[in-house]
Amino acid sequence: MLDTTRRVATPEGIELTLRLAGPVPRALAWGIDLAIRLAVLFAVSMLASLLGRAGMGVILLTAFFVEWLLPAWFEASWNGQTPGKRAMGIAVLNDDGTPLRWPGALTRNLLRAVDFLPVLYGVGLVAMLANRDFKRLGDLAAGTVVVYLSEKSTAERRILETAPIVPPVALTLEEQRALLELAERADSLTQERFEELAELPRPLVGDLDGPRAAARLLGMANHIAGRQ
Amino acid sequence: MRQAPFEAMHAREWQEFDSFLENGKNAPFDPAEMPERYRRICHALALAQDRQYSPALVDRLNRLALRGHHVLYQNRRRQSGRVLEFMVAGFPRLVRAEWRLVVAAGLLFFGPLALLIAVLQVHPEFVHYLLAPEQIAQFHAMYDPANRRLGMREADGSLQMFGFYIWNNVRIGFQTFAGGLAFGVGSVWFLGANGVIIGAVAGYLTQVGYSETFWSFVAGHSSPELLAIVVSGAAGLRMGLALISPGGLTRKSALMAAAKPAVRLMYGAAIMFMFAAFVEAFWSPITEFAFEVKVAVGLAGWALALAYFLLAGRARAAH
Repeated sequence: MLDTTRRVATPEGIELTLRLAGPVPRALAWGIDLAIRLAVLFAVSMLASLLGRAGMGVILLTAFFVEWLLPAWFEASWNGQTPGKRAMGIAVLNDDGTPLRWPGALTRNLLRAVDFLPVLYGVGLVAMLANRDFKRLGDLAAGTVVVYLSEKSTAERRILETAPIVPPVALTLEEQRALLELAERADSLTQERFEELAELPRPLVGDLDGPRAAARLLGMANHIAGRQ
Repeated sequence: MRQAPFEAMHAREWQEFDSFLENGKNAPFDPAEMPERYRRICHALALAQDRQYSPALVDRLNRLALRGHHVLYQNRRRQSGRVLEFMVAGFPRLVRAEWRLVVAAGLLFFGPLALLIAVLQVHPEFVHYLLAPEQIAQFHAMYDPANRRLGMREADGSLQMFGFYIWNNVRIGFQTFAGGLAFGVGSVWFLGANGVIIGAVAGYLTQVGYSETFWSFVAGHSSPELLAIVVSGAAGLRMGLALISPGGLTRKSALMAAAKPAVRLMYGAAIMFMFAAFVEAFWSPITEFAFEVKVAVGLAGWALALAYFLLAGRARAAH
């Protein structure tokens, strides 16, 4: 239903769902990484100032490595995440959902030189908004996507247990699914909204008013979920 | 089968798989069982999707399958041996395979460079169209024959210059490469612009009579550095060409296909840049060796580089 998910087929013959990350979390992740880079540079330059002029060389070397190679190293060897991406719960994957490796990581990081133009990832942002996968140019060339890593264990959404009620009409699979989703979200909706929604499917609840319609739908959801 | 009994039947197995992904080492089952267990997770996911079980369950199985997929397809091969093999054989072979683009990039870069050196011998005042007076003064200071160290201000240290060359030159290479994404225009621009600047400096300093200091400084690192710029430009052109003329592919797939060899070219170019920076910082400024020695080393570098790109890796390619 949402168009920010991509399905990729695996060799096992199943489809995995990837949830694409848009410009905002990526920009925030970049901001965190930038702060870390600057902190590293600052720390190095404090130490390097003890070395006098040779220290300047150390600072420039550090600047080069943290700018170009460190992000690629992180992405290639740390599950496709830089520290900023980890903080935002996003990661880089290959288009087919497999983990990123060095070639892909380097491609997308070297091409930041273009995405960054003219200022603050202007080109990258336009590219991200112009394709369905939120890819900046580096991602397009490298064949990578930035996705949300599934949070470890979402609080399991449970359907409130009530006595199952057999629906009065046969429901299609999609209708069953809609009913289950509504029942699973009952906790996160206000009672009033839930009851308002519950009054809508007339064929199922007839002319029942809010609270009774809601209870009835929950019963049917329990029936569909297989509780006997 | 309804969802609840399905979940009850597999709960234990999913739990075990989850803790395997969490813990890795002290997992509840032998890692050798992992692929088979992963396939069963895939099977469960396919069933759950097909039977329209609740989104929460499908999500949970999708999460397990995705993480399992990552663990299963992770590549743990050691890369170090392959880096060496790439530099010994793969890189020169790749450069030969892309020889048309390398030659094109070479002409775009060495063309203006040679032209400017020649023009400035006849019309030295032309340099003022290309370099600001401060820059000219700076180059005068760097290559003054009275200097004990060349190519740098007297007080600068070698390590400082090494850092500067890495930071500056490799960045120029990366820009030249990345500029190829703009339908090749960026690469063409950076190749030409760098050729013009380097040619202007070389031509001007030769004309004003600093040729001994200047050529003695640049001879050593000229071959790896200039060729690395050319290779970076060729890598950028590879991507630009894929966008201009994608052939039978969509532009996106053509770009993805072109990016692979292009980035491999950049591995080699980056290593060449770093080698050049090392030579430039620690060998080129030295004045203890005679001009003839330093130029001979530089020429030997060019001969070696040409032999490397023309010959290295051929034996392996034969079989």
